[in-house]
Amino acid sequence: MAGTPSNHPSMFKNPVLNWVNDRFPLTALLKTSVTDYYAPKNFNFWYYFGSLALLVLVLQIVTGIFLTMNYKPDAAYAFGSVEYIMRDVDYGWLIRYMHSTGASMFFVVVYLHMCRGLMYGSYRQPRELTWIFGMLIYLCLMAEAFFGYLLPWGQMSFWGAQVIVNIFSAIPFIGPELAVWIRGDYSIGDATLNRFFAFHVIALPLVLLGLVAAHLIALHETGSNNPDGVEINKGPKGNAWSKDAPADGIPFHPYYTVKDIFGVVVFLMIFTAIVFFLPEMGGYFLEYNNFVPADPLKTPAHIAPVWYFTPYYSILRAVPPMFGSQFPGVIGMGLSVMIFFALPWLDRGAVKSIRYRGNLYKAFFAMFIVCFIVLGYLGVKPTSVWGQFGDWASFLDTRDIATWGARVLTIGYFAFFFLMPWYTKADKTKPEPARVTMH
Amino acid sequence: MSEPINTSRRRTVIAATAVPGALTGAAIVAPFVATLAPSERAKAAGAPVEVDLSNLKPGEKKTVEWRGKVVWILKRTAEQIAALDKIPASQLSDAESKKSIQPDYVNAKTRSISPDLVVMQGVCTHLGCSPTEKATPGELGNDWPGGFYCACHGSKFDMAGRVFTGSPAPTNLVIPPHKIDGMKLVIGIGQDGKEA
Repeated sequence: MAGTPSNHPSMFKNPVLNWVNDRFPLTALLKTSVTDYYAPKNFNFWYYFGSLALLVLVLQIVTGIFLTMNYKPDAAYAFGSVEYIMRDVDYGWLIRYMHSTGASMFFVVVYLHMCRGLMYGSYRQPRELTWIFGMLIYLCLMAEAFFGYLLPWGQMSFWGAQVIVNIFSAIPFIGPELAVWIRGDYSIGDATLNRFFAFHVIALPLVLLGLVAAHLIALHETGSNNPDGVEINKGPKGNAWSKDAPADGIPFHPYYTVKDIFGVVVFLMIFTAIVFFLPEMGGYFLEYNNFVPADPLKTPAHIAPVWYFTPYYSILRAVPPMFGSQFPGVIGMGLSVMIFFALPWLDRGAVKSIRYRGNLYKAFFAMFIVCFIVLGYLGVKPTSVWGQFGDWASFLDTRDIATWGARVLTIGYFAFFFLMPWYTKADKTKPEPARVTMH
Repeated sequence: MSEPINTSRRRTVIAATAVPGALTGAAIVAPFVATLAPSERAKAAGAPVEVDLSNLKPGEKKTVEWRGKVVWILKRTAEQIAALDKIPASQLSDAESKKSIQPDYVNAKTRSISPDLVVMQGVCTHLGCSPTEKATPGELGNDWPGGFYCACHGSKFDMAGRVFTGSPAPTNLVIPPHKIDGMKLVIGIGQDGKEA
């Protein structure tokens, strides 16, 4: 509300604040982004995860800075320096467990945040760019997690990086040279560790912070979506704070800051419980093999990525090699992540929120969630987990039931996206309310 | 003051600064990209490796490192060599090693210079894990002839590193250039004298 009397630079009794406001739009910024930012009044449980993601980002940056003070990015010392942090540095174990738990919790929060976006159609017009910035944050986060996982220089660090970098060598023609260039050596080594450290602690965090800013700026330009998927800006005007503001909006501060602080308290209770009692989470947050120093001559008996990558990893494993190349699997995996970018244009539904969608959409959505979770489960297990088909199946290229299961689930996963233009249009939707419910 | 803007001259000036500017930008990026390639030290560490074969008995495997990769030196027993013949070509993705990387001087079937001694990279051609030895026939089901199993993604290879169908690995294990000189094996220089 630029130009209104309340926004006048020298309106305060506090001369320092006036001095600042004459030179920097402090009060105006706070107004547009917090106290005069009107968010829909019907936010529910699912709306905690955006602010929680921001909290975890700050936690990761702070704990990360303190870890670098004792960590050595050198293949000869890296593993030892992490153990040194764990055993000899006062409270080093706390900082390190906060950072490792934070990594997994980041993905828990981000997956729930993305699930919210899917359910309520938050990716749709006019919030396509908010969604795209969010997806870029997600990609950046995956890279950050991958680079960070090499740093403890354990067996899983080494072999995980080996597998992921070799994915690039499957690219036709330039692949092998590209993989050597990424590693800086003929195999994962000191040069690789050093550069991954540089990416993990400075390059990607800078990009991440920029993207988070862009994500929030784009969000505040369009205003937040809500569980009903109707635009409060198109509804009636005038609420208790302003006659121009949407009637169904309430100021972000203090209403949602208070709500989010409650979420933060509950989240930190869970977070600290994990840090203190279950930092390894049964091998899911910190894999047991990573407590063994990296050995380039010995692959661990079972390699699985950390849980947050496993749905995509399952897809990589499920696609059979074609034309003597494993590149199709790599394409399948890449596409399974990148396809999210296309969501705003794939969805042609008449309504945004799942509340007003028909059974057809709900069935596809439920199938997608099941595929994602079961693929994730299969990704942490060896392909033999569901046993093998009998001798009758000798004509198949593999008898592992889990591989065939993953293939079916992969088809289900992609069907959610590729059939979306059709089933969202054919879906029998319910009428959207004119205003948010509970107004 | 009121002179009209000469748009064509302006466009020429913009092009004259933007094009060299972009070229300079590209030239500045090049050294940054080059720093990421293997350094001279890393290249020097890729020198040939010599292995003494005098204490390697039939059925034994020796593991050495060459260019940071696992290389297996395997002396196969007579039964293991005979078993290679019994595997039907239909069960192998590349029975004749036509798509796989191996030097010309090794036999296509046994994938070795002499029938018993095979030298291969213990690196799965799928995504680079090191497969585990499962040499005992029957170890992975009744029809298992003995070979290697990659625990990462379930690829299976026979005792000559040939990949079985149904494995995610597209090709057989790589045979690095090597030469045998009596009881001395050199990895990194081929029988034909060519360096890797």
